[in-house]
Amino acid sequence: MNVKRKFKVLGTRPVRPDGVEKVTGKALFGADTYATGMLHARILRSPHAHARIVSIDTSAAEALAGVKAVITSADFGEVDSEMTRDTMHNCMANGVALYDGHAVAAVAAISKSVAAAALKLIKVEYETLPHVTDVDAAMQPDAPVLHANRQHRSVVAGTPGNVVYYCDFGHGDVDAGFAAADKVIERTFKTAATHQGYIEPHACLANVGSDGKADLWCSTQGHYNVRLICAEIMGMDESQLRVTASEIGGGFGGKTTVFIEPVALALSRKAGKPVKLVMSRDEVFRASGPTMSASMDIKIGMNADGKITAGHAKLRYQGGAFPYQMVMMGAMSAFATYDLEHVRAEGWDVMTNRPKMISYRAPGAPMAVYAVESVIGELAAEFDLDPIDVRILNASREGTKSSYGPTFKAIGLVESLEAAKAHPHYSAPLGANQGRGVSCGFWFNFGGQVSVSMAINADGTVNLIEGNPDIGGSRASISMMAAEELGIPYEKIKTIIGDTASVGFSDVTDGSRVTFAVGIATINAAKAAKAEMCKRAAKTWGIDVDAVEWIDGAVHPTGHNAGEFPPLSLAEIAANSGRTGGPIAGHHEGAPDKAGVSFGVHLVDTEVDPETGFTTVKRYTVFQDVGKAIHPSYVEGQMQGGAVQGIGWALNEEYIYGEDGRLQNAGFLDYRIPVASDLPMIDTVIIEVPNPGHPFGVRGCGETAIVPPLAAVGAAVCAAAGVRLFELPMSPPKIMAAIDAKK
Amino acid sequence: MSKIHVSTEINGDQVEFLCETDETLLDVLRDQLGLTGAKEGCGTGDCGACSVTVDGRLVCSCLVLGAEVEGSAVTTIEGMADGDALHPLQRHLLEGAALQCGICTPGVLVAAKALLDKNPDPSEEELRYWLAGNLCRCTGYDKIIRSVMTAAAEMRGEKS
Repeated sequence: MNVKRKFKVLGTRPVRPDGVEKVTGKALFGADTYATGMLHARILRSPHAHARIVSIDTSAAEALAGVKAVITSADFGEVDSEMTRDTMHNCMANGVALYDGHAVAAVAAISKSVAAAALKLIKVEYETLPHVTDVDAAMQPDAPVLHANRQHRSVVAGTPGNVVYYCDFGHGDVDAGFAAADKVIERTFKTAATHQGYIEPHACLANVGSDGKADLWCSTQGHYNVRLICAEIMGMDESQLRVTASEIGGGFGGKTTVFIEPVALALSRKAGKPVKLVMSRDEVFRASGPTMSASMDIKIGMNADGKITAGHAKLRYQGGAFPYQMVMMGAMSAFATYDLEHVRAEGWDVMTNRPKMISYRAPGAPMAVYAVESVIGELAAEFDLDPIDVRILNASREGTKSSYGPTFKAIGLVESLEAAKAHPHYSAPLGANQGRGVSCGFWFNFGGQVSVSMAINADGTVNLIEGNPDIGGSRASISMMAAEELGIPYEKIKTIIGDTASVGFSDVTDGSRVTFAVGIATINAAKAAKAEMCKRAAKTWGIDVDAVEWIDGAVHPTGHNAGEFPPLSLAEIAANSGRTGGPIAGHHEGAPDKAGVSFGVHLVDTEVDPETGFTTVKRYTVFQDVGKAIHPSYVEGQMQGGAVQGIGWALNEEYIYGEDGRLQNAGFLDYRIPVASDLPMIDTVIIEVPNPGHPFGVRGCGETAIVPPLAAVGAAVCAAAGVRLFELPMSPPKIMAAIDAKK
Repeated sequence: MSKIHVSTEINGDQVEFLCETDETLLDVLRDQLGLTGAKEGCGTGDCGACSVTVDGRLVCSCLVLGAEVEGSAVTTIEGMADGDALHPLQRHLLEGAALQCGICTPGVLVAAKALLDKNPDPSEEELRYWLAGNLCRCTGYDKIIRSVMTAAAEMRGEKS
């Protein structure tokens, strides 16, 4: 699709359909619903990093007035699937507490205060076990192993037991490439685990009836996935468990699984009453999220003209207390930005005594790309080359065989780099103690399963039901695509997120997939409705359906009938539908798989105080290829929000563990996400190279923006302070140590 | 343990409630009075999602006891719009796409209004420091700051 299509609705900036509720406090999030006779639940959590649970005595808690149910792992049955079993055992420890904060028991009581009092009456006898929280330590042969015999077949025999997955991507001969280089740099990097940091804690309301049917209201990125997991854990048919997604107060990947929902369901079943369960912020940090920490070796060779001759990445990811496979995303992303003859990326997924990792926006990519981009920046400086020119010289383009296998179709990396180079930001003068950094970033994007149902109402309005929680304005973008395809005003469309009993299966809101995949389903549902409306018009006119066509929201007679009848609008056909065959609707179910990959380039200026090591971000500009921006304001918002999460990762955010294996900063005061006064405006430049796999050219845009900031801020800080740093976050003590070491 | 009887004014209405001695104003608003616009993001006064005003002063309602508002005047996000007419701050946050998930939005609005009540013409830096207690994880604050500045200009009678 080389010719840019003219759109009427796409590219405008209407107010989102759920907006008024959200600015008036009426929108209902996870913790905002109440049920008659509802109980309040609380979870008791392990204070130990690793401990065998010798016994749990719940009798005193059960005897407390107002307590209606107490549960432990004994209240959960067996499940067949290994993945669901791990999830269940993460929600409730099964014999061994695997990390500080791991759930060991839960209570439901008539009030929050009774529930809190009951927790204190549960007696748990622990036998503490050796623990490990660092990835490199966990890979040593003498490290305590969290689960025996859980290594994936990819892991080389004899590898220590906490290594659960290994991957190896690339092509060519990296040794030959390094031998041919004018300069080879090899560096080791470390990045801390960060939390998704959504402001809304996990919350749900479960109601299991005596007939075995259940309703579950929860804050989630995917209520069908919640149903799938919970039905298996509860031993229920999926049809008997209706899950409704509340408004969601942020997720960023952290609400793509369950942490508390099975607990609330089990308590409700035991108590015979509705049970509300809401995590505290302390629990959110200790027992949900976070993403992986990483230890990485990067080796890159470059010629004096800036051409990269070879790259090799070794990525060791720490993902908490259960087996997982996420380093693959890092290994695939690490060099995706570059067109390389010789490239290799290996990855190891490692278990530790930390909370079970879950996706965080472009999961696995930011740390790998940070390490690679940092070395490329260092090599460019070594040869005194412009860092953007070096990246343009090596950039992936249409036709590039990517480092992870596929050949790229139309992509906008070079366009993004050229836009960055031409932007006034890139040539603006810098002040004292200031430095500028640049980095590229990449994310795959995803399609996945999707269902959309659309009803054309008799008054010419349209109701659209889709199955993906709206996490950042997607009801607006979906309504806009429906309006564009149907040729009617945006205001005539009402898009809602159906519960699991209302519309067909939809994959989780993740992978930057919703505007892409739900968009395709919406377009196809609209096409189906239009085809039906063409039939109705033809029937009304008494002509063959092949003799009509849909133009701009109305059916027109064509061929020799052209001009014979005045066109019939959607509203006119809808008004008459009762007399032409009944209600008109369209629906589509599918699994679109042509999500276009997305690239971004970030430019940042920082100032480092040489007395304190404190970094201030002075200026920031994001360039990103989004294919086609449906609602540019929300696209900009994704670019800005991703950039700022990356700034937090680069400068402030980290999970800090003590020698005792306990998390030391489980709150927003000590785990410091960026606040308004930390930041400048985040400027955005939207690049539109249409995705050939979407009728409107859409690419996912939500995740790519968190990938470049780590290396961009890293380069800017290093330039400002005149030092090199290889570890995130670049907190003031680390920067001061580097400055002092140089003196 | 007996509960405490409290008479107060909330969004202009006289309200009476019974609360436990350790029950927060936030829990009273949400669990007893059906005012769920104020959110609990942390319970420790770090995120600002529960912002309300008590006698005109901006507070985190998670750090105020229900029993403390006896005889006070409390305003919440539910009291900001005038019937169907949105407050200019609400309108400009919507038009400026200054919310993505929307969980922080009520707190941001209450806090921004409290600033503009005191200082109708804040600089960007003053606004950024005032809103530093309102965490937003989605937007990077850019569109929030721009929207509040635009609303403030409109409220001062300036043409945009």
